[in-house]
Amino acid sequence: MIGGLLRRFGDFDLAEDAYADAVLAAWEHWPHDGVPANPGAWLSTTARNKALDRIRRETRRPDLERRADADRAGEPAVDDQMFASWALDDRLHLLFLCCHPALSQAAQVALTLRSVAGLTTSEIARAFVVPESTMAQRLVRAKRKIAAAGIPFGMPAAVDLPERVEAVCAVVYLVFNEGYASTGANTVVRADLCAEAERLAHLMHRLLPDDSSITGLLALIVLHDARRAARLRPDGRYVPLEEQDRRMWDAARIAEGERLAEQGVSTGALGPYQLQAAIAALHATAPSYDDTDWPQILALYDIHERVAPGPVVTLNRAVALAMCEGPAAALAVVRDLEQISAAVPEDRLLAVKAHLLERDGQIAAARDAYGDAALAAATAAERQYLLDRRDRLVPEASQVSSENATQCGAIHT
Amino acid sequence: MKYLLLIYNNREASDAWLALPPAEQQASMDLYWALDSSLKESGEFLGSEPLQGAETATLVQVRDGKRTTTDGPFAETKEVLGGYYLVDCDGLDRALEIAAQVPDAQWGTVEVRPVMDMSAFAPDDATAQAKA
Repeated sequence: MIGGLLRRFGDFDLAEDAYADAVLAAWEHWPHDGVPANPGAWLSTTARNKALDRIRRETRRPDLERRADADRAGEPAVDDQMFASWALDDRLHLLFLCCHPALSQAAQVALTLRSVAGLTTSEIARAFVVPESTMAQRLVRAKRKIAAAGIPFGMPAAVDLPERVEAVCAVVYLVFNEGYASTGANTVVRADLCAEAERLAHLMHRLLPDDSSITGLLALIVLHDARRAARLRPDGRYVPLEEQDRRMWDAARIAEGERLAEQGVSTGALGPYQLQAAIAALHATAPSYDDTDWPQILALYDIHERVAPGPVVTLNRAVALAMCEGPAAALAVVRDLEQISAAVPEDRLLAVKAHLLERDGQIAAARDAYGDAALAAATAAERQYLLDRRDRLVPEASQVSSENATQCGAIHT
Repeated sequence: MKYLLLIYNNREASDAWLALPPAEQQASMDLYWALDSSLKESGEFLGSEPLQGAETATLVQVRDGKRTTTDGPFAETKEVLGGYYLVDCDGLDRALEIAAQVPDAQWGTVEVRPVMDMSAFAPDDATAQAKA
């Protein structure tokens, strides 16, 4: 429907607003007057009239007000199955529009957060640590391209669907990672990003329940979020997986994530999201770090390397390899990766290397690696963690407790 | 919506095509004729032509009323414009679908550019004609 409005008025903002107006009008009228025989046509006509009203008034509501509408659009107030599905379909189409591959991924992320999730431009700018003017410019350019290039609104053609779903998943995954990986000054805004990513993944899952990539992505998000409370100390310090208090994990969320992860791997071809969800489920259900099913995790990473190889996957696999076959084998993999280090974020490569060296009893080298990793760290919390870790090591190998195990190098520890 | 599909190829690929035996050239052109007829059938075809090599091009500029003529485009550019399609189709997704069917998309690059609507600036008689 926004597409129809877009075609008619050629203005993304206007089409969005007019659609929101029509939906609000429906919630006001339908409970009293009854749902019209053709709700779609009713909404189209109303939205068109609202757009014309808006053009006449030539005014725009402030962002806050618009955001309130967007929030309400997420929670249908009318308990009418048909209408609820209509609104959701439109949100899915909007999501496909925002994540169209003709737009840069940075633009896709910004548009999705602005138009589907309803974040303000300034919130998105803060979350991605760019000036608000830059983000505003990015949004304007993206909307201009949508209108000028004629990016269509609606369900993609069946033949394009895998590529389009993949693009949406990539945006949702990126939004989630951006929120999850951060532990710094923007923690509050960033936690919002995790919540938004989960809402988007839920929406996708409700509308395309048979798509196993989406199911896997949702499982992945739920499983990581279930462990969130244990990841940071009250003072903001980062706690690695091996040291987390597992009693702080959310058992109900883990059960939900595990169910989704199983559903994800049991249908369709195995893709990276399902595999990472399966790995996350093994971590989340393990009684302790040492009593984790590392051989199965290693096997899942083997499959991951086959179906969707990449240096980050290789690095994560090295951690599982260390737990199964000892640190020496894993260190060899890491040294190979160092030759192409541009492909892996340097801080992660160095952190994993430091842990492996520590496990291998190479204390002096481990201390150096922790120091290097701290220099490369992206956030203050991560830097502090790495320095603590280094300072815990005394230069004599004999004084190092054998309990010092390798940190899991996954992004989502 | 109208889109111009610009077909870019690198010089080596164009030279390689010219060196092909006639039967193979014919086979590759038949793919183009097939695309042309399918677009004509769907009513989306507005025009398409291949272009002679970039070395045959001449550049014209008019500055202060004076015309200057220069040989060829910028010799260093690797990708050169080799031809185009002008289509009228239903939105970008369809335009991208057509672009992917251009045989040269398999080794070259097809740039999809929406045509700019300048009807607001059209002379009055042209507007009247368009409305009629």
